Amino acid sequence: MIRISIPDTAKAGEILDIKAMIQHPMETGYRRNGKGQVIPRDIITSFECTYGGVIVFKAGFQPGIAANPFLSFCLRAAQSGPIEFKWTDQRGETWSETRELTVS
Amino acid sequence: MRLAGALALACLTACGQADDAYAKQSGLAPEDLKSGYDFLQAETQALQDDDFANPGFLWVDKGDALFHASEGAPSCASCHDGTDQDLTRAAAHYPKVDDLSGRLVNLEGRINLCRERHQDLPSLEYESEALLGLTAYVASLARGEPMSVDVSGDAEKYYEAGRDYFFLRKGQFNLACSQCHNDNWGKNLRGDTISQGHGTAFPGYRLEWQDFGSLHRRLRDCDAGIRAEPLPYGSDTYTAVELYLAKRAEGLPMESPGVRR
Ligand code: HEC
Ligand code: HEC
Repeated sequence: MIRISIPDTAKAGEILDIKAMIQHPMETGYRRNGKGQVIPRDIITSFECTYGGVIVFKAGFQPGIAANPFLSFCLRAAQSGPIEFKWTDQRGETWSETRELTVS
Repeated sequence: MRLAGALALACLTACGQADDAYAKQSGLAPEDLKSGYDFLQAETQALQDDDFANPGFLWVDKGDALFHASEGAPSCASCHDGTDQDLTRAAAHYPKVDDLSGRLVNLEGRINLCRERHQDLPSLEYESEALLGLTAYVASLARGEPMSVDVSGDAEKYYEAGRDYFFLRKGQFNLACSQCHNDNWGKNLRGDTISQGHGTAFPGYRLEWQDFGSLHRRLRDCDAGIRAEPLPYGSDTYTAVELYLAKRAEGLPMESPGVRR
């Protein structure tokens, strides 16, 4: 599951509050199961937000990040266009979602 | 509960009376009724208060999608949205006795009955992502609704069984639920402030789990904490305890999806 909070429309120059959350266990690789075996690391390693194809926000994740990571950042509305949110895990698997922003 | 917690518990046990009647003498005065939310740190409260930051909504959203999807059977929504089988507030009245079988079912059990009886689909495994999602979604429709269950008639024997379990001393620490949640609420147990043990936040998100879980998962943690054998998910006894807890919490608002430490 992915949850995104972003307005559909904005005025040019307006500062937008963006929030994004993805469901992911962020298993650290340091924990052991009931039998004493190491639970393998399974984490998201990076997040990218592009606006009209240009990277506007990027984050690297480490094992210390909690499960279901929640990001909140700001963006200045410039022109209408797609905003893509993309998460990549340690194996290169990706999840993404795109929203259209209309700027007037 | 780890070593330091175990030591604190050992003291609690030793300081209590050996008499089995001890546990039964306690109770919760109605005017003292307080949600577990009131015992949380401000940061954890803030997480529950913000419908975006609250990770429980990942499961509510998942359940919303499942509720409206038709996987080779009429969707839940086809019978429950805008009909006289509307589910707003329903969750605040669970567990409830199912008229057809005469058995007590909680929300999870009720959802599985609909899958079997009305959708011809297999029941979902307890604590599976799908059942947690559907339960979270249906429970969220009753958010803010005061807890109110029926414990008369066929429900009475379940209520009594749940109450008996609540006051039963058990496990290596020989503690009853009541000894923490009636007699010692507001006091500290290692990193926790003991609350009154209401189930109104569940299914909910626990930071310790880094995950979303059912009330039965929470109860299993409490039993494991006193080194008693946790009962299986969906067990009749836990469902009876759930009914007892719901009656005991009568009037408190439903909080699911709650956030807890
Ligand atoms: C040794 C003390 C202890 C015993 C015994 C105990 N619990 Fe708990 N319980 C806790 C602690 C600590 C928590 C987490 C903090 C809190 O109280 O909300 C908790 C949490 C809970 C919660 C969640 C409350 C909330 O708002 O999140 C419920 C419900 C609960 N317990 C029920 C029970 C039941 C039922 C039993 C008996 C089967 C039981 N507990 C036995 C210590 C105990
Ligand atoms: C074909 C129609 C139908 C479908 C599909 C259906 N239900 Fe139901 N549901 C009912 C009826 C009818 C009842 C009333 C009890 C009964 O007769 O079984 C009910 C009762 C319930 C209740 C208890 C309501 C209360 O007030 O006590 C819940 C919760 C519920 N359904 C959830 C679901 C969920 C979740 C799904 C999808 C997994 C679902 N139902 C699918 C017909 C349906």
